[in-house]
Amino acid sequence: MSETDTMGDNNGDRPSSEQPGARSEASTAGSTQTERLSDATTGTDTTENGADSQPRAASRMTTEGPVYTVTGGDWDDVMSEVGGDEKIVMNLGPQHPSTHGVLRLVLELEGETVTDLRSVIGYLHTGIEKNTEYRTWTQGVTFVTRMDYLAPLSNEAAFCMGVEKLLGIEVPERAQVVRVLLLEINRISSHMVALATGGMELGALTGMTAGFREREEALHLLEFLTGLRMNHAFIRPGGLAQDLPTDAPEKIDEFAKTMDKRLPDYDKLLTGQPIWQQRLKGIGYLPVDACLALGITGPVLRSAGLPWDLRKTDPYFGYEEYEFDVPVAHEADGYARYLLRVEEIHQSLRIIKQAVKKLEPGPVMVEDKKIAWPARLSISSDGMGNSLEHVRKIMGQSMESLIHHFKLVTEGFAVPSGQVYATVESPRGELGYHMVSDGGTRPMRVHVRDPSFVNLQSMPAMSEGGMVADVIAAVASLDPVMGGCDR
Amino acid sequence: MTESDEPTTTASQDDTEQRTGDTQSSAERPDTGLEPFGSEPARAVVAGRERKGMFGVRGTGDTSGYGGLRLPAYTAPAAERPYGGWFDDFADEFLAALSDNDIDPSVIQQVTIDRGEITFYVQRKHLVEVCRTLRDDSGLRFELCSSVSGVDYGPDVPQRLHSVYHLLSMTYRRRIRLEVSLDVDDPHVPSVVDVYPTADWHERESYDMFGIVYDGHPALTRILMPDDWDGYPQRKDYPLGGIPVEYKGAEIPPPDQRRAYS
Repeated sequence: MSETDTMGDNNGDRPSSEQPGARSEASTAGSTQTERLSDATTGTDTTENGADSQPRAASRMTTEGPVYTVTGGDWDDVMSEVGGDEKIVMNLGPQHPSTHGVLRLVLELEGETVTDLRSVIGYLHTGIEKNTEYRTWTQGVTFVTRMDYLAPLSNEAAFCMGVEKLLGIEVPERAQVVRVLLLEINRISSHMVALATGGMELGALTGMTAGFREREEALHLLEFLTGLRMNHAFIRPGGLAQDLPTDAPEKIDEFAKTMDKRLPDYDKLLTGQPIWQQRLKGIGYLPVDACLALGITGPVLRSAGLPWDLRKTDPYFGYEEYEFDVPVAHEADGYARYLLRVEEIHQSLRIIKQAVKKLEPGPVMVEDKKIAWPARLSISSDGMGNSLEHVRKIMGQSMESLIHHFKLVTEGFAVPSGQVYATVESPRGELGYHMVSDGGTRPMRVHVRDPSFVNLQSMPAMSEGGMVADVIAAVASLDPVMGGCDR
Repeated sequence: MTESDEPTTTASQDDTEQRTGDTQSSAERPDTGLEPFGSEPARAVVAGRERKGMFGVRGTGDTSGYGGLRLPAYTAPAAERPYGGWFDDFADEFLAALSDNDIDPSVIQQVTIDRGEITFYVQRKHLVEVCRTLRDDSGLRFELCSSVSGVDYGPDVPQRLHSVYHLLSMTYRRRIRLEVSLDVDDPHVPSVVDVYPTADWHERESYDMFGIVYDGHPALTRILMPDDWDGYPQRKDYPLGGIPVEYKGAEIPPPDQRRAYS
């Protein structure tokens, strides 16, 4: 339509703010010709004094009193607008870059001091525990690996430990070594994210980019070893989904060398950094008695002086055969937790190097054909799937193999009745699986004691009486993963 | 065998009537007797539901689930002395500590040892004192309550709701499990938050998912589900939900409506 075209051209010749009527006419005329991109406006006053034209803290009245939406600026300005005497209830999150995921914190403030804090969770609840009750024991791995998405292998390992305990089976030696290897690589990648996001939340943006760069190295390695960067479903009840690629040891060595070279950078970047120290030292204080009362485990408990690490105190997968230290601090603050995480990365590298040496050829799945996944998987061009040889065998040669494959995949294996509680030391603390079987091919109940869920209970104890900014430091030092917390 | 007018039932079990099925069903085998632990005769703690046949079953060869084979609900067998390992020392210490604190040992309904883990089935009204004893006694020292989880054994099981506590003694490096079984019509259990503050969120989750009411909890509200949610999602009679998926003309039913083998 030529009329609308002209209208559009006219519009372009003048400043858009002078011609609001012409624009609305054009749109009501049902034009197919849209305005030029340079004319598009969101209504924001972009002139020089436009920045101050809208108040940063817009307010509206509710039955509970005035509600302010603060998007930036100086807190003092907000306070002068609000009127300093009143108690302020501040809602932080669930969509907020500094709350470490979809965590919502409700703070009561007097000035900048937090007098009361409550954590609100559940925004990432996906019903994984319920879902596992409708899937076979093997399929459960695929679900639980998506809970604590920064430590997927810990979830898989704990789940499989529980199933294996219920079945009463022993995993082959090689599978155990590979599990240790994967768990430690995963611990490194998880701690890297803890440093990275923690740094970002406190304003150390270079820490974020560096942390994610190193995490990417770990994820590349995990992708090479398991076929997937995250949510691997690689550890299966009875062993592993498949063996490692043949040149795995070289790749792992290469990774260890890279990490050894890059880890000192963190000392230069963060450890000695005065701002980093001032933001974290003495912040998020949680002594050992509070940790035990609140059930806190992992680096937070160890930062309070208790060397409790399930890899040492309740070894699994042959962790007792590896030489490594459990770093402990006594300051019980955010800085101590940062130092512990860096040191734990070093210790994980030590374990990885020993595990590579311990890798002996052998099976990676139990011999029992009633439990072991019948497929022989291989990595093909479109991802992981059944190997051609296996498909050839079951489709062409052996009817019994086909039946067996079909039964085991569709029905799964039966697990004798009973219940177990299996634990591993995840990067965040004790990850426990309470599993109940009624003798069927599906779990009766899978309950996950996720360390993020339990550790988040300590937020009031760490933050009340402190400053708002220190709440963020406290969350960062806990390193909760909301996917695991909400499940 | 002649057909009688009324189905024969084992008289001692009051829950037998709830079970469906034929008179000769394997589900109606008499329970094996349990040794009483304490003054009152212990009641069998049902820790499973009865099942239909499935793959790998021995005997009848019914692998389809449609042959009508039914297995009785699993009942955790009571352990007998000696328990083995540290369990005996611990049990002695535990019973002594209970009597030191004027708690009748019969509050422990049953002791079960399975897969290297010891479980104490506790009467609910004494749960808090039992926990306090476990935490404070110098020979027990269960400093940490790892986890509290609810379990629902399904509509046809007596006392179907269980509240399960996993306690950890860091001093002695021991783990035990306490279990309280509850009627679904009276799902009340005293809260252990006074003894283990960490149980706060665990109990809220268990309330949220199973509707177990923890009496004395400081703020028993939903935690993972929205505040106004109806029902208790992880109960067995609460559907999983889901929609059928069509793939190349065939329709795959949602997971909770697929054919199950157990």
